[in-house]
Amino acid sequence: MSNDLSPKERMAIERVHMPELPADERSKNFEEVNQGLSPEQAVAEAQRCLQCKSRNCVAGCPVGVSIPEFIDALASDDMPRAAQVLRGDNALPAVCGRVCPQETQCEALCVRGKKGDAVAIGYLERYVADWAMQHPDELLADKIPEPTGKSVAVVGCGPAGLTAAGELARQGHKVTIFEALHDTGGVLRYGIPEFRLPKEIIDREVAVLSRMGVAIECNVIIGKTLTIPQLRSEFDAVFIANGAGLPTMLNIMGENLKGVYAANEFLTRVNLMEAGRRADSSTPILQRDEVAVIGGGNTAMDCVRTARRLGAKRAMIVYRRGEAEMPARVEEIKHAKEEGVEFIMLTAPVAIVATEDGWVSALRCQRMELGPADDSGRRRPQAIEGSEFDLPAGIVINAVGTSANPLLTATAPDLTLNKWGNIVTNDEGETSIPGVFAGGDIVRGGATVILAMGDGKRAAAAIDKYLKG
Amino acid sequence: MFEVVSNEILAENLHKMVLVAPRIARARKAGQFVMVRLAQSEERIPLTIGDADPEAGTITLFIQAIGASTRKIVDTPAGGSIRDVAGPLGKETHITNWGRVACVGGGVGTAVLFPLVKALAEAGNEITTIIGGRSSRYVILAEELGALSKNLLVTTEDGSLGSKGFVTGPLGEMIADPARAPKAVFAVGPVPMMKAVANMTREPGIETIVSLNPIMIDGTGMCGGCRVQVGSETKFACVDGPEFDAHLVDFDGLSDRLTSYRKEEAQRHAATDCKIAKEVAK
Repeated sequence: MSNDLSPKERMAIERVHMPELPADERSKNFEEVNQGLSPEQAVAEAQRCLQCKSRNCVAGCPVGVSIPEFIDALASDDMPRAAQVLRGDNALPAVCGRVCPQETQCEALCVRGKKGDAVAIGYLERYVADWAMQHPDELLADKIPEPTGKSVAVVGCGPAGLTAAGELARQGHKVTIFEALHDTGGVLRYGIPEFRLPKEIIDREVAVLSRMGVAIECNVIIGKTLTIPQLRSEFDAVFIANGAGLPTMLNIMGENLKGVYAANEFLTRVNLMEAGRRADSSTPILQRDEVAVIGGGNTAMDCVRTARRLGAKRAMIVYRRGEAEMPARVEEIKHAKEEGVEFIMLTAPVAIVATEDGWVSALRCQRMELGPADDSGRRRPQAIEGSEFDLPAGIVINAVGTSANPLLTATAPDLTLNKWGNIVTNDEGETSIPGVFAGGDIVRGGATVILAMGDGKRAAAAIDKYLKG
Repeated sequence: MFEVVSNEILAENLHKMVLVAPRIARARKAGQFVMVRLAQSEERIPLTIGDADPEAGTITLFIQAIGASTRKIVDTPAGGSIRDVAGPLGKETHITNWGRVACVGGGVGTAVLFPLVKALAEAGNEITTIIGGRSSRYVILAEELGALSKNLLVTTEDGSLGSKGFVTGPLGEMIADPARAPKAVFAVGPVPMMKAVANMTREPGIETIVSLNPIMIDGTGMCGGCRVQVGSETKFACVDGPEFDAHLVDFDGLSDRLTSYRKEEAQRHAATDCKIAKEVAK
């Protein structure tokens, strides 16, 4: 395939459609929805890129992937080079290619999007990352770094921690990741369902880090098993990326009834503990015909689509604003709708109604209308008086968000926190303790995988500078 | 992997298991627990750390094998291993020298009570320990607790050991007697027992601490499954507890939430028993 095309010829190629499992089939199983591009589709899509000088897409990427370069290599069908460029900038490309909100980042800034459709950068990233996983023998050898003799402890094996670990290992530092749960990946494993991000992808990305010499110790809870002062005395630097933590409660009547889940519990049971996914899982999960999920983010979409797969006849999103205000990725909303998820918009929960024996029977709701914009720039929902109604539901899942987990910070009194309990850092990720850096949700509050990875990458650069300084 | 150093049977279905876990042994305080997962696809279950030896790098768990998961765990012999042990989790018990305290344990709660009694004894308290069970078979750790307590009282529902009745009987007598009334009460056991104790000590205003064991997944505050109403607040037993002021705990709510998976668990047990029966038949 020649990549010798005129801009006009490139402009003439239409944006590729991602092959998907049919909605009626996939809504009954946990297989990955997006099937990935064929080689022909990938090369043709890559050839849509005009290789423009402005490179806006790179500015839109929180980890600064050299997008035009990897796409150029792909357009020329030079897969080893495409993989080398991509892996050089991104420690978890197969993850990002699946879960990043490209439509608000790289693709939002693509010049082709000004008239027509942006280049499908996310699909291409996934294609190149998957190719690299399947063709380890064809990859160009990474330079083996000179060991620096310095050691870094990374707290948390989620996206921020894994990214920082990869970057630091590449600089020749000895990295040990401490993970509180019994398995790797953090939110990638316990939070994001298999149908969006197969667990095998996490295993393979983690294996790449292990081959680079990164050590991972599971079942170590920093703040409990060991403390930050202990890590600080044993390692030359520390990066804290222990995640978001505690679910935010709704503070409405009936929240402790049987059948009410926080999103983290529901997802952890199914994703990490394999409840409802494997016949031999020892962890139970409730299954009901009517499931109401409160919230409009990616976590809410993950919950509602999981509930559908567990057999819910009515799987419903209840969100107090409108669809345009939903923080979830466009693709997740589209997939959810195709799978038969109902979207009940401009509706807020008021109480959870119980049966006589303490089970959830309904979610009491109130209709909302949008008023003037609030601090977040979104129009503020206001209750419509007298609009209360009961939505029948056997399970209610609270997916409105999380707040900072105090386990780690409680045993590190020298760490400066903000009023919400998140760790305060400077622009480079350094905390109030010299040599201790932090990033991801413990700094930002609830955010995205890619922003956490951006923090990991920035902090790794700062740690490298600190260790060599 | 966490090596099993020893696994003794103390009573029917009650095992004392010693595990190599040096970091946990060093960090652990009375009242804390670990999350244990025997193997891939098994449950994570919270178990109280009964004792620890920081120098030997070991922790001791008292495990009553009553559910499918605990039965599998106690089947691990010395020299075998447990895949995942994470902790120590939860807050440590607030220990001070109250003077006279009563420690009340029912059934498997007695195992959770043991480290509290030990810490209270080390702080110089004069301890009356009251333990009970349905029958003598369910009364555990009597000898060990007796060695740490000034008085040890045993009750059984069928009268097969100690006095016939419930642990609340001897506790009520203590509270009523000004010469013996405790300054503080620690109670661990089935929810109705803890509720009954709380109701007895509320009126006389005796500080009462209970250790709760709600449904739990991660044990680090992340899932919110272990939430329990304490006064006007929703607390997470794993990070805010597991010990709470008994006079503020909503025991009825706790008790109800504990039944959430009764049907699912019964189905799983039936399936497991069926599988075992088939294997035996072969």
